[in-house]
Amino acid sequence: MKSYQKIFDYLFCSTKGLVLTAIAMISLITAVWGTLSGPMVEWGVRDITVRLLGMDLEPAQREGRIIMLYHTIAMAVVAIEVYFITSIVPMKKHQQRSINATITVGYLTAMIFGLWFAYFGHNYVFHGLFLVGQSLVFFAGVKLAIALYPWKKEYYVKDKEYSHTKKGIDLERVAFFATAVAMLGSAIFGAVTGSYWGSGHETFLGEDIIRTPHKTPLQLAIIGHLHIMLTLIAVAITLVIGRWLDFKGILHKIAMPLIIFGTIVITLGVWSVVPYEATAHTFIYVGSVFIMTGALMLVIYGWRKIIYDRLAEQGIEKGGFIKSIKALLHDPIKFGPLWQMVFMNFTVSGVGIFLAVKLDEIFRVWPFLEERITLTGHWHILSGIIATIILMYYADISGLKGKVRKWFGWTLIIGSDIAFASVTIFSMKRLFVSQYNQQPIVDWTMILTDLGLAAVLIILALFLGWRLFDLFKSDGLWKKELSDPELDVNKTSPVLFSPNFDEETK
Amino acid sequence: MKQRKSIYILTATILIMTLGLAFKVNAQDELQMDTGVNPGEWILIPAGEFYKGQHNHEAEVDYDYEIMATHVTNAQYAGYLNKALDSGFVKMIGDTIKGYYPGDEFDGYKHEFKIEEGYWTHMVLDEKGIHIKFDGTKFWAQKGFEDHPVIMVSWFGAKSYADFYGWRLPTELEWEKAARGSDTRAYPWGNNFDESYANYYKSFDPFEEAYGIMRGTTPVGFYNGKTYSGFKTSDNRSPYGLYDMAGNVWQWVGDDKPFVHYRYMRGGSLATYSQHLRIWGENSAGPDYYGLDVGFRCARDVQDENKKK
Repeated sequence: MKSYQKIFDYLFCSTKGLVLTAIAMISLITAVWGTLSGPMVEWGVRDITVRLLGMDLEPAQREGRIIMLYHTIAMAVVAIEVYFITSIVPMKKHQQRSINATITVGYLTAMIFGLWFAYFGHNYVFHGLFLVGQSLVFFAGVKLAIALYPWKKEYYVKDKEYSHTKKGIDLERVAFFATAVAMLGSAIFGAVTGSYWGSGHETFLGEDIIRTPHKTPLQLAIIGHLHIMLTLIAVAITLVIGRWLDFKGILHKIAMPLIIFGTIVITLGVWSVVPYEATAHTFIYVGSVFIMTGALMLVIYGWRKIIYDRLAEQGIEKGGFIKSIKALLHDPIKFGPLWQMVFMNFTVSGVGIFLAVKLDEIFRVWPFLEERITLTGHWHILSGIIATIILMYYADISGLKGKVRKWFGWTLIIGSDIAFASVTIFSMKRLFVSQYNQQPIVDWTMILTDLGLAAVLIILALFLGWRLFDLFKSDGLWKKELSDPELDVNKTSPVLFSPNFDEETK
Repeated sequence: MKQRKSIYILTATILIMTLGLAFKVNAQDELQMDTGVNPGEWILIPAGEFYKGQHNHEAEVDYDYEIMATHVTNAQYAGYLNKALDSGFVKMIGDTIKGYYPGDEFDGYKHEFKIEEGYWTHMVLDEKGIHIKFDGTKFWAQKGFEDHPVIMVSWFGAKSYADFYGWRLPTELEWEKAARGSDTRAYPWGNNFDESYANYYKSFDPFEEAYGIMRGTTPVGFYNGKTYSGFKTSDNRSPYGLYDMAGNVWQWVGDDKPFVHYRYMRGGSLATYSQHLRIWGENSAGPDYYGLDVGFRCARDVQDENKKK
């Protein structure tokens, strides 16, 4: 009985266990709900899932179901980021516990009852509980913003290598704080519109109304909401990865103000979509440039650090080009997250900019469904990239070593990048192939997408299978993680719950 | 020994694949199926209220009208081209059939298409995939595709066909009422969906198997409950009796959307997933766009004989 309690403590009270639980929940949903679309439909798997689970898939409610599915997954991803943040950013222990507990109950409630409502008959009690869950997640966000408040003296930067103001205010903390506050405001942006559901607001997918010339304020708010939430999730994971790699020095000092400014500008730009749609995009572009430049600083810093650390490990003082590249690629788990950020520029940002620049000339000449594919492809890829970055960080947290670490890392990178590149080619196919000749391109890109994603899902399933098996061991990894639950990073300022707190703050 | 075995296996695989391909090519020549459906039939749609769109808004068409039971076929369109070219209603410039259009009012709106007065493309005869042929004097439909829906026709080309006979392209409201009847069904035949009802992406129908997804139109009225060489179809007629209001090829509708001037298409196609086959599913493009999966059907005012009925 005691050991069950310990496993429970690990899964629901420790940072590492909480992250594992959330990843497992998302994976479970992906495994089951992934059978409802794509090739699984053609292979008849969807019908089996629907029959086995007793799902009720009313054709007219498809969009509503998808929206709830996105939300349940997004809540869990946000929860993972919050677990990371409460562990790596200095704050009081009780704050960390309270935030983590609230968001865990919140996302699980939203997930379970949201999906129950959407896919298994419309019981409105469950819809209510879905809203309760989302509200708890929001409340956890409020508590997080309070905990991250950067103008408290005890959090001032002591190590001058980290970006800070003259007074000593920790600018990385400000960046986390700005992201949290921006996310709260952007959640309200969507929630207010959601509250009109049934009385003025009708369910729709953003990509379905791109050619509607006059969108209602509620439609604009939803489009703004989904864009900014995904952007802020990406900003948050960038900051987390920066801390994991102990981002510091001159590049850190340049990057943090850029990210803070960019986050504020892009958020205000998106919020202004409702009253000032025509000018909002200018602000969004400006904000994006600042954030992406900040992320570029992290990539330069991170890759240099990876190379230097590896060369030092090998006892090489100065490596040439080949040795440096070898050193960079030595550990896919550390190389991967930054590479995925670079890769994102080809499959997400690049496509997005090209789309914006050539909208009237190319994309609006295509049939609507072709334009729609480029949009949905582009943001599905961004979500996928964020997921792979989280997984690579979590693989490092789990202590994967040796060949297993390499196999996991490279499969994740190569599998996902093949899939994302294939989706990009598929979505832009009309640029270089006519409708008459498109079938080979469609078939090949679809096959490569499926193979890439299958590789990622198989390696993830193996990884999670190992973690599940480990839970049944009395002295498994979980036990070590329970006794050492926090993420091993260098913090920018003293740790309040550290045993050496008094000494650190002297 | 092992090497030899591998060579045998490889040779056998290549042989089987080649035979399969040969069978496929032969199948293309011979794939003609009589649906028994008359493409010249018109259906009377009575005036009345109906539910429009995914969210079932109450709407009304307050007059009776008629609409074609099927898409316009290649044979019908070839017949029209012969008459239209002879009478000077359309003209040919190189391989392109063009016709006059008076233009759309331009509002100067962001992303608005500028449709000016002039001669616009109806059809380009040397495009791949087109089933309308021309020998310099006469148009005809490619053998085996006579009763398939005409494709590769722009909105201008569709409108011109309707105008020539004194008909029109259906408005979105007319199209939707004809597809849905008076209830809130998601598909023209009801709420259930499987591949026996319509030609859509991977419907595995005999034409898709023979020609591939993008080129595999089915004859109009193919999905009528008949079984063709082992392929069982379900009757996909709408409550008023229209065939293929979901699937096969998109259907241009007549409305000009102000501020953008895209023309809308309804009904989904052989290249779309089932969700786009729902009655409210739509696609749009400029009026000069044409594609392998785009066709049309016409509507008209009630004719005297129907009025008498």
